[in-house]
Amino acid sequence: MKLESKSPEGPLAEKWTKHKFNLKLVNPANKRKYEIIVVGTGLAGASAAASLGELGYNVKAFCFQDSPRRAHSIAAQGGINAAKNYQNDGDSIYRLFYDTIKGGDYRAREANVHRLAEVSVNIIDQCVAQGVPFAREYGGLLANRSFGGAQVSRTFYARGQTGQQLLLGAYSALNRQIANGKVKMYNRTEMLDVVVVDGKARGIVTRDLITGKIEAHSAHAVLLCTGGYGNVFYLSTNAKGSNVTAAWRAHKKGALFANPCFTQIHPTCIPVSGDHQSKLTLMSESLRNDGRVWVPKVAVKGLKAKDARSIAEADRDYFLERKYPSFGNLVPRDVASRNGKMMCDEGRGVGATGLAVFLDFADAIKRDGRDVISAKYGNLFDMYKQITGDDPYEMPMMIFPAVHYTMGGLWVDYNLMTSVPGLYALGEANFSDHGANRLGASALMQGLADGYFVIPYTIGDYLAGIGWNDKVSTDHPVFKETIEAVNSRVQKLLSIKGKKTVDEFHRELGLTLWEYCGMSRNDAGLRIAKKKIQELRTEFWQNVDVVGSANELNMELEKAGRVADFLELGELMVDDALDRKESCGCHFREESQTTDGEALRIDNDYAYSSAWEYKGENQPEELHKEELKFENVKLTQRSYK
Amino acid sequence: MKITLKVWRQKSKDAKGEFKTYQHDHVSSDMSFLEMMDVLNTQLIKKGEEPIHFDHDCREGICGMCSMYINGQPHGPLQTTTCQLHMRTFKDGETITVEPWRAQAFPVIKDLVVDRSAFDRIQQAGGYVSVNTGGVPDANVIPIPKKIADEAFDAAACIGCGACVAACKNASAMLFVSAKVSQFALLPQGHAERKERVEKMVEQMDSEGFGSCTNTRACEAECPKAISVANIARMNREYFSAMVSSYEVKVGGGE
Amino acid sequence: MKWLIDLFSSTLGRKVLMALTGLFLILFLAVHLAGNLQLLKHDGGRAFNVYAEFMSTNPLIQVISKGNFFFILLHAGVSLGLTIRNRNARGGVGYAVISGKSSIWSSRNMGILGTVILVFIVIHLKDFWAQMHWGGIETVMYDGKEYRDLSKLVAYWFHVGWYVALYCFCMIAIGFHLWHGFISAFQTLGLNHPKYNPLIHFVGKAFAIVVPALFAWIPLAMYFNI
Repeated sequence: MKLESKSPEGPLAEKWTKHKFNLKLVNPANKRKYEIIVVGTGLAGASAAASLGELGYNVKAFCFQDSPRRAHSIAAQGGINAAKNYQNDGDSIYRLFYDTIKGGDYRAREANVHRLAEVSVNIIDQCVAQGVPFAREYGGLLANRSFGGAQVSRTFYARGQTGQQLLLGAYSALNRQIANGKVKMYNRTEMLDVVVVDGKARGIVTRDLITGKIEAHSAHAVLLCTGGYGNVFYLSTNAKGSNVTAAWRAHKKGALFANPCFTQIHPTCIPVSGDHQSKLTLMSESLRNDGRVWVPKVAVKGLKAKDARSIAEADRDYFLERKYPSFGNLVPRDVASRNGKMMCDEGRGVGATGLAVFLDFADAIKRDGRDVISAKYGNLFDMYKQITGDDPYEMPMMIFPAVHYTMGGLWVDYNLMTSVPGLYALGEANFSDHGANRLGASALMQGLADGYFVIPYTIGDYLAGIGWNDKVSTDHPVFKETIEAVNSRVQKLLSIKGKKTVDEFHRELGLTLWEYCGMSRNDAGLRIAKKKIQELRTEFWQNVDVVGSANELNMELEKAGRVADFLELGELMVDDALDRKESCGCHFREESQTTDGEALRIDNDYAYSSAWEYKGENQPEELHKEELKFENVKLTQRSYK
Repeated sequence: MKITLKVWRQKSKDAKGEFKTYQHDHVSSDMSFLEMMDVLNTQLIKKGEEPIHFDHDCREGICGMCSMYINGQPHGPLQTTTCQLHMRTFKDGETITVEPWRAQAFPVIKDLVVDRSAFDRIQQAGGYVSVNTGGVPDANVIPIPKKIADEAFDAAACIGCGACVAACKNASAMLFVSAKVSQFALLPQGHAERKERVEKMVEQMDSEGFGSCTNTRACEAECPKAISVANIARMNREYFSAMVSSYEVKVGGGE
Repeated sequence: MKWLIDLFSSTLGRKVLMALTGLFLILFLAVHLAGNLQLLKHDGGRAFNVYAEFMSTNPLIQVISKGNFFFILLHAGVSLGLTIRNRNARGGVGYAVISGKSSIWSSRNMGILGTVILVFIVIHLKDFWAQMHWGGIETVMYDGKEYRDLSKLVAYWFHVGWYVALYCFCMIAIGFHLWHGFISAFQTLGLNHPKYNPLIHFVGKAFAIVVPALFAWIPLAMYFNI
């Protein structure tokens, strides 16, 4: 298989414009003859479904939640980047492009990233026109802030609920098309397989989560907007329902999976309180602007936050300030995360579990006064207190890193098409724009860019190429076979009736990945993880206990199907991490470090995106490398000393 | 902690439901309410029983999916979502009664899971600004006073969980509907369709079988996002002025 | 005119009827009280009787009075319809536990309070208004003109212990009804504004306490000969 990125030729800034012109168009009168399936209704899915409906295509949209508005994009807090340069501080499309490609540690395609920066400005216009209530200045114009260490203020925000407001905007556009009859919405319906006939994606097979009915839907093209796979770690900041199933099923039907080991770990999450922990809650990164991160110099077992004051100033190790004097507590996410975990691995972690570090506001409160700190972080402090019962005004917070975002995903070309013709991946579900590390406030930008401003153009090229009468009915034998396969998998899960719950398997998988394939990894550990995951997967199919039946709402069955896919993905993540013997972006490969213990990227050997091809049950996957060419930026190593 | 749980169990939409009592002896005060339910469910599965079904997703108080009526209050005793309610709020040995949202328009699907698609249909009736993708003016073309933008945001913060309906003695959806109507009535972007919007959304709300508002303000007191009943007053204003001054509109979705 | 039918068949339109009729009845209460307070004059009931005669003979007042009856019936009728709708809106199975912490008692029990008040109005009309119009009420002469002596009838009833108790009880019900109803009417009409809310709330609550208290004071004063 040859990977064709389809990146247009020509100067960077003209690529997208030129490409748009070269794309074939669908005759307006013919658009209504096409059917498009959109799976997932987050920022990418809702915006794509709405935009395609507006163009006149017939869209079927699917979400497993009870309403499209619940998709996990809703939980994004910080903001959305756009190169508007409203603040006159020197921002430009090129600067946003540069920051994004550099932030991704030079592991993304230049053309894609530049297009993202280009359309970023349209996104803000679109969202404002929809009535998204962005923050404003007293003069009535839009407010911006600097986010995630950016040197310019280009982040638009709606308090701490930017994702929610953007999603509700896209949801409202989607609702309009549902009311228009251009989009048919299927709530509480989960996609369980993609149907590929003669090498082209022709539809999907779904399960109605209430009745259990397995059904086929055919279409001219299928868009997967199903988000990331962070939940493979069990504990993450993702929603409980977030899963890899749609992407993974597509992968097994021929779509390449790219850079699966690129996962982003966020340093400031509320630590685990016990075995019952079901998910992790993110605290805004802005807390590190005023909070000081520390652990005791000498390990104190089970040190509680309320006893932190008993540790004298001289006995505290402000390790970020010590190791990175110029950036201090504001080092990037991966550096802060890795160092936090390192302290805990040394046994100097705090809290009952020893898996936390302090984030202390005592000095800031002393310096600025309680009122100033409360104005900045009041809602975060309240949230922290509600969850932990500790009052951050009186004692330090405890934080620990958590899986937050996955840069990897289905491999797509410049048109967002996977390696299966007619099958597209948008938003976090694809791998395209963030390289090895995503910048803050860029996830929302990418989801909406793909849905509003990329796919409406690029899909036309494919559809015009195949013609509206090139459609396969659900009576086709391949549809029947796929339904059969989905059914038998459901029955298989229910028939095992073993001794361990689905969650127990999921938790074990998560711990293994966190330990060996998290922010820091090495060859020996990865090999252990690979073996463990294989064993766990074998055990799963012999010993999982899924109660209930197939023809009803059965959340255990839903989880079981998702965890089964995670168990396969987990191994691929390890394979990918084994292959990439460099430290890059979010992850630290212990074999690849500088003399003073910092990440060392190896551009000569690893300036490629890894795209993995499924080769059959229990067969090793085949790696295809998409070489990354950098014609516009010079590759540099990061330093925060 | 040890607690006793009285939970509504109902096999399916048409099945008859009943309360079942569970003794839960392994509760940590640090657990969220949903984690407490997870642990109970694991115990049930180990005993070969079906776990208690409940809706949940983000578990950080924003998706609006969780929906439990706990000890006579939606989302329990604190003004937050069920996922953000922690067991330290309860006393050791307490008996906690958990029920689904109760409303004609929110039929029970299973156990504590209800069907809130009525909310989607109300939004589809007019909860949008009719702009197509592309071809919109620059974002800074219309200045919007900060106070107006902030007030619109307060209304837009609604997470659509349905606690307002659950809390209301009349199962009225006025707070939910008025939040959306208010957002677009306040913002200039919404003004073109202002009248049709409120007429259509109210019509849809009524046809879904929600009750009427009797201004008890229970919705506001229970709303996890503290949406104000001032929005209801605003919707009343919008509705009357629309009804007496607009062209007659066809009710239903569409352009 | 379909829009008018649509308006008043919607829940919001019906609530407007509740609010407008309610506000009218609040005005009526104020006027009624002004008349009743004349019973406290130690003039043998003359001022009160003159007032009563005026109220039952003036043509304009007669029109308003018919309107008043109509509004009472409309207020009760619309609320009955809404209450039935609201009951149904809960669905077949209600809650087993209701904490009641999130709203005040009077707000949740307007129907019961209203029913009490309606029953009271019927009794009240039978004992006074019907007597005034069709009963064999005694008359008195002031300045050569004949007046029906309503004050004597009132004095009779207001010296019957259980009647005074019932009257006071019903005034308490009216007080609670007003405690919610006054402010609620403004909210329903969309009159909710941070600038005026404090005034509406103050006047509403003061009205709900002062008016029923003065109404109740009259029989108490007469009963105890204060």
